[in-house]
Amino acid sequence: MSNFLQYTVFGIMLGAGYAIAATGLVVTYTTSGVFNFAQGAVGMIAAFSYWELVTAHHVPILVALVIILVLGASIAGALVERVLMRRLHGASAERPVMVTLGLMVILTGLAAIVWSPSTQRTVGYMINGQFGLLGINIQYQYVLIIAVAIAVAIGLRALFYSTRPGYALRAVVDDPELLAMSGASPNRMSQYGWILGFVMAALSGVLLASTQTTGLNIEAMTLLVVSGYAAAIVGRLKNIPITFAAAVGIGLAENYIGNYVVPHVPQNLGLDITNALPMVFLFIALVTLPSVRLRAVGRLTTLRVPRVASGWESLVAGGVFFAVAVTAALLFGNTAFKGTTLLTLGGVVMALGIVGLSLVLVTGYSGQVSLCQFSFMGIGAFVMGKVAGGGSLLGLLAATAVCAGIGALIALPTIRLRDLYLALATFAFADAVANAFFTDPHIYGSGGVGVGRIVLPGLSFGGDASEFLMVTAFFVLAAWMVLAMRRSLFGRRLLAVNDSPAAYATVGLNIGFTKVAVFAIAAGMAGLAGALYGTVQQIVGTSDFDVFPGIIFVLFVTIWSIRTVSGAFLAALTYVVLNQLWPSGLGLFAGIGIILIGRAAGGILGIEAIQVHLPWVRRRQTDLAEIPTAALAGAAIIGGGTHVAG
Amino acid sequence: MTGLTAESAGGRRGAVAGLPPGIAITDLRAAYGRIEVLHGVELLVPPGSVYALLGPNGAGKSTLLKVISGRLRATSGQVVIGEKPVGKASTEKLARSGVCAIPEGRGVFPNLTVRENLRIWTYRGGMDINEVEDTTYEEFPRLKERRRQMAGTLSGGEQQMLAISRALVTHPKVLLLDELSMGLAPLIVAELYDLVGNLARKGMTVLLVEQFVSTALSVANRAAIMVHGRIEQEGSPEEMAEAALSVYLA
Repeated sequence: MSNFLQYTVFGIMLGAGYAIAATGLVVTYTTSGVFNFAQGAVGMIAAFSYWELVTAHHVPILVALVIILVLGASIAGALVERVLMRRLHGASAERPVMVTLGLMVILTGLAAIVWSPSTQRTVGYMINGQFGLLGINIQYQYVLIIAVAIAVAIGLRALFYSTRPGYALRAVVDDPELLAMSGASPNRMSQYGWILGFVMAALSGVLLASTQTTGLNIEAMTLLVVSGYAAAIVGRLKNIPITFAAAVGIGLAENYIGNYVVPHVPQNLGLDITNALPMVFLFIALVTLPSVRLRAVGRLTTLRVPRVASGWESLVAGGVFFAVAVTAALLFGNTAFKGTTLLTLGGVVMALGIVGLSLVLVTGYSGQVSLCQFSFMGIGAFVMGKVAGGGSLLGLLAATAVCAGIGALIALPTIRLRDLYLALATFAFADAVANAFFTDPHIYGSGGVGVGRIVLPGLSFGGDASEFLMVTAFFVLAAWMVLAMRRSLFGRRLLAVNDSPAAYATVGLNIGFTKVAVFAIAAGMAGLAGALYGTVQQIVGTSDFDVFPGIIFVLFVTIWSIRTVSGAFLAALTYVVLNQLWPSGLGLFAGIGIILIGRAAGGILGIEAIQVHLPWVRRRQTDLAEIPTAALAGAAIIGGGTHVAG
Repeated sequence: MTGLTAESAGGRRGAVAGLPPGIAITDLRAAYGRIEVLHGVELLVPPGSVYALLGPNGAGKSTLLKVISGRLRATSGQVVIGEKPVGKASTEKLARSGVCAIPEGRGVFPNLTVRENLRIWTYRGGMDINEVEDTTYEEFPRLKERRRQMAGTLSGGEQQMLAISRALVTHPKVLLLDELSMGLAPLIVAELYDLVGNLARKGMTVLLVEQFVSTALSVANRAAIMVHGRIEQEGSPEEMAEAALSVYLA
């Protein structure tokens, strides 16, 4: 009984910490309509800063809290709103998701530079000591965390539902222009929202830091608030009391499962369960709860239509691309570079290019944000390594089919999700797979999975050059297929689903089938890419397909252009080159890049000045004179006034 | 059918002692991106008048209201309210100085209750919320029954009542109304326009944009017809009723 009480108290304390982070998410979403994926990273920075001030430099706790919360978090929140978020008004719905993901990878990248992961850092309690109650010992620190969480929940509820500034904070997302017409400044309200959100994130980070008994870890601290994500979703991103209750419930469930279930299953399975639990909660919350009304549907974000190459143009371009690859293979041969060969790296670029193409299909065309393409890639590599001796055409087919099947299964419960919610669901899936599958030595192998080079009757791809050309051929084929799909009726359906699901359904088309089909095809492509990646590398590691590299790659594709084949290839090339030159700076580049690109839906390749010099990515400009004035007026209002070009 | 001179509009910049401010618009141009929508609009709204701006879809009427209320920057030209040029004043600053703009559609916050919407209306006014509620519910008893209901769940007419209650409780000097009758039953429209007439008699300058000529002219004492981003004709309601026929049928 005393054990149960002890677990309960710890669970409530853990849940209270999640609740602070979750209410911060709710505050930011309520006041800006943006789900801040960087919430955990802000908490992580706050936790490390707290360690730096209190533990390393012996600054008094209260002074440290003032520096971190009042100065650091408040100023950072205000700056993020002013510099990053304000200019995203009217951008497509996936853009704020990408920018906050960018912010997350920037913060984790900076943290890795400032606080070397090799040093162990532990944070002590703010209040030491304990007291006895009902036969158990309760730390004062636990009481502090619970009390702070309750105070935050009550205070924010009162602010939002009993004060005029609170009404204005809620109203700003509904209609900022109307709020301005009522005499309140929408920009200032949004800024207050971001400040509050950042302070909540920092507070949860500082409080939860003391629960990390094995020391602070950048990735673990960043993902610690994922349980807070689930709670915020249960509270439908607006209800603070329900969010609080859900966070406490999740904290308790995690603690009970950790203490009552995990010890009775094999050790590795127990570890998998513990690691994947927060993401499983998030996934369940997303697919079972009624979806929250989205406020960003039906926005016209561009008046320009990306030009799609014709069948002949695709064939010619593919031929030229392959000829360039052959030339490169002849030129570079076995040229070594940083412990590998240039052609091996080239093969990796092509394999990642296919993953980029899968993103063009699923996100660029159909508008479904997928953050788990690297997971399919990892599963594909695993299947390739395990089927028919690890280097066969059958393995490629199996990898593609298995991933397409899993993709369809993932897509089925998430059909009704869109934009942010789909991004969160795929994020949950990616992290759960990374924690429970890729890192389990009994499944993925402690040293990774071996994958052989493909051998066909009469054809061997044992050499780097032939392997490179084979993967290039697959990339060209995949690119041609993606463009063919875009030109087909299916491609037009994807664009229609992206533009207006409601209109799509009203003409009698099946949204569910289209979404599942495109998700499955994209998953299959990523699986194929993973299998090819395996044949190039010959061994795939447990961290190759982690959630962070996956997110960073999505950001690179978005930076270049998530709507074009060229964007997919350039993203793969950038990723591989930067990963070789400065691996720890990869996240920083991606994060800064996505912030600089901002709301431009077409990425770098969509920038007009660049299109002038790159005829193959030129766009067909809609004749503006043909658009009725009222439509242009509406477009400009919705798009923020001046945004015309994609 | 003569155009108003600045003097007849109430002074050089539309200001007359004891009267609410007039609106003087000179050579106004505005654009969405590269597309110019207003091509040199000239308009003088006399202080204390109800001025109807008529015209077909896409004429630029709503855009003109956006510029006057600070929601869209003019590319050139000038808007003067009373004696003050609007210039680069923000929407919220204009709202605080007494310009009440009720936008096209339903100018309410759908995820806030009726009471919370009323409290937002008085965000900067320092008005007593009980007085605000009493005034609103006296005029629109139906809103009292719905005061705890989310505004987004009200009927179209009730939402428009709530929207126009902003003009009722904040006592603005200038009221800009955009398509008040859109999508509403004739009886509701008549009720709302009765209120507009009453508000004008209490002392405010009203500029209303309408597609429905007879509705607008029933309360207006001056009117203009706008076509393709320009004021085509301007005159008394009777003159404009006749002129509007040719414009709408053209």
